[in-house]
Amino acid sequence: MLTRLGPPLTILLLTGPVAFGLAGTVLPAFGFLPVLGGTEWTLAHFRTLFLEPAIVTSAVLSLAAGLVTALVSLLAVMLFVAGWGGTRLFSRVQHMVSPLLSLPHAAAAFALALLIAPSGMLARLVSPALTGWERPPDLLIVHDPYGLSMMAGLIAKEIPFLLLMTLAALPQVPAQQTRMLTAALGYGRVAGFLLGVWPAVYRQIRLPVFAVIAFATSVVDVAAILGPTRPAPLAVRLVTWMNDPDLSMRYLASTGALLQLAVTATAMTAWLALERAGTFLCRLAIFRGMRLRQDAVVRGLSLGMVLLAASAVLAGLATLAIWSFSGLWQFPDALPSSFSLKTWITALPRLAAPLGTTLIAGLASTLIAGLLAVLCLLREEETGHRPGRGALTLLFLPLVVPQVAFVFGLQLFLIYTGTLATMPALILAHLVFVMPYAYLALRDPWHAFDRRYDRVAAGFGKARWRRILHVRLPMMTRAVLTMGALGFAVSVGLYLPTVLVGAGRLTTITSEAVALAAGGDRRVIGVYAFWQMLLPMAGFGIATLLPALIFRRFRGMQV
Amino acid sequence: MAAKGLSLDKVTIALDGRVLLSLTRHVPPGSVLTVMGPSGAGKSSLLAYLGGFLDPAFSGHGRATVDGVEITALPAEERRVGILFQDPLLFPHMSVGGNLAFALPETVKGRAKRVRHVDEALGEVGLAGLAKRDPATLSGGQKARVALARVLVSQPRMLLLDEPFSKLDMELRQQMRQLVFSKARERGLPVLLVTHDEADADAAGGEVVRIGA
Repeated sequence: MLTRLGPPLTILLLTGPVAFGLAGTVLPAFGFLPVLGGTEWTLAHFRTLFLEPAIVTSAVLSLAAGLVTALVSLLAVMLFVAGWGGTRLFSRVQHMVSPLLSLPHAAAAFALALLIAPSGMLARLVSPALTGWERPPDLLIVHDPYGLSMMAGLIAKEIPFLLLMTLAALPQVPAQQTRMLTAALGYGRVAGFLLGVWPAVYRQIRLPVFAVIAFATSVVDVAAILGPTRPAPLAVRLVTWMNDPDLSMRYLASTGALLQLAVTATAMTAWLALERAGTFLCRLAIFRGMRLRQDAVVRGLSLGMVLLAASAVLAGLATLAIWSFSGLWQFPDALPSSFSLKTWITALPRLAAPLGTTLIAGLASTLIAGLLAVLCLLREEETGHRPGRGALTLLFLPLVVPQVAFVFGLQLFLIYTGTLATMPALILAHLVFVMPYAYLALRDPWHAFDRRYDRVAAGFGKARWRRILHVRLPMMTRAVLTMGALGFAVSVGLYLPTVLVGAGRLTTITSEAVALAAGGDRRVIGVYAFWQMLLPMAGFGIATLLPALIFRRFRGMQV
Repeated sequence: MAAKGLSLDKVTIALDGRVLLSLTRHVPPGSVLTVMGPSGAGKSSLLAYLGGFLDPAFSGHGRATVDGVEITALPAEERRVGILFQDPLLFPHMSVGGNLAFALPETVKGRAKRVRHVDEALGEVGLAGLAKRDPATLSGGQKARVALARVLVSQPRMLLLDEPFSKLDMELRQQMRQLVFSKARERGLPVLLVTHDEADADAAGGEVVRIGA
């Protein structure tokens, strides 16, 4: 039976690249890289690594970015859900934030950059009236040495992610009853939620939180757009070494990747300590029966944080769009003095190839991921076993190991087999990251399906595959298409795997956009970022409109 | 020559090695065997076992034959066991006629012939002319009848009824009972009914088995 293959195949496709990739990263660090004649074990390359200027600063920047991003975005989400969950305002904000989930990190980073830069939209809006600036001030806001704007960019993207993960976990705990219970006991809204509901919710979103830490400690695209440059965060320097034409730099890159692993592991260990501290504070508050009824300030702050993150990105995206259509646009004018299609017309021909690659890689990896997810879910039903904690951790493995640490090794493996920069390799690399999301997106709707429909159909003599094709999948069209849109959005947003596996010969919208960052032509960046925003949005648009169109005659199929 | 009707030969349902029920019975064509008992007694598992959908947590043994065909040896989709649940479970993405056509065996060939079968089946339950309708626009009673017409048009060997009347209001319940049992009698289908409701058992008129009491 085909379904029997589902789980092992999925595990293999997820852990295989990670395991091979890590091996391919670790071995050269100790001098073993036969292709380049490295057959002797040595620690010399670590000495080279630590002689690199300001390498410790780079590592500390990465560590801080991971912890600050995770802490701030989790606190904002936690307090926002605690303070506002169940209110009308909450669902409004939720609708405003949700689309940002599908936005590639790089596009959000560009949006923020064009908003907060000294010559950005914010400065223009208040200049010269309030500031007296006639020309952009000489301030290092974007690329600031402490990485603050990089962290802001990451936080703006991780707040929607953690918020949606929290919302997915909430229905599995009796949040509403607990709120009434704690309120009846005299607890403030926030305290009642934090002490009564949050521990159970947090347990379910722990893996996503670790994914945030792994991502933020090793991010490359956001760091290249917003992050410090002298020195850059560790992962950015790693990629420079990895792409160095001097192949002997690969030893250095490998040791650097090991350092990256250590940095991410350190951040996660520190996070475990923070979790302990949080548990301790919770217990203390419970023991003392602290009601904490005066929570208006906390509620206001959390709402402000979430709104700020969302509106900053949205305003930045609007700025990007204006840039892409702008003619002459001098500082401090808030709008261009002329509009033109010139940038679009010159950029479009060059966009064709990356657009094609983006579509093929995105659609193929999503299709395969969706098929595998369906096979796994079918197999779960056959055996009656839901995957345990171990299997779910394996599923999340590509998301909790820093991308740069294993994709680099995978790249070596691909060079070795002569498959580097081929479409199948790119699809495989994307699949590794799309698969977890595809499975998670499909899991709950799949379990929610009323299986008696399946039994009824079997009673009519329909074989299993026909029941799936004619009954289950059509009834789940919306969920399947949403899974597809999410998988596609993940693929569109992937930067590092595209750069390392595509090796500059296969490029996507995202890898091209980030490559343009250094040039700083805001008009062209505007065009690319626009496409980055458009593709995932189109996916979700189709996922919403298509079922409504197909099933327009069937009221039972409307939302 | 095997007996006509449904024969249960030591049909046993167990959970973790604990036997919930074990039945040996014969149900002649057109008559009803009613199984009553509290929830958790294994009633639904018995239906699931006969339908070929027993949850892996349970284990089922024993043979069930219909008109001499051992259905428990067949995969679910070859058993041709018609099931009615307490919900009508009409496929929401198909019209009423689509639901029936989906159930109609492939051996009925030709467009005109298939349409005629569907229309006749709807007429038999008093719903002639509703083939084009969206099932979501029907009343509760109409949905229950469509579900009955759908299971009949699939030409089943027997019927399994899983508390099919419990969600209908009093008056409709009485009507549906009569309709279902009379259709089963007309076609000589053996019926296995599980229920909580004594009135169901009375209306069914056949043998009553009480389990797990």
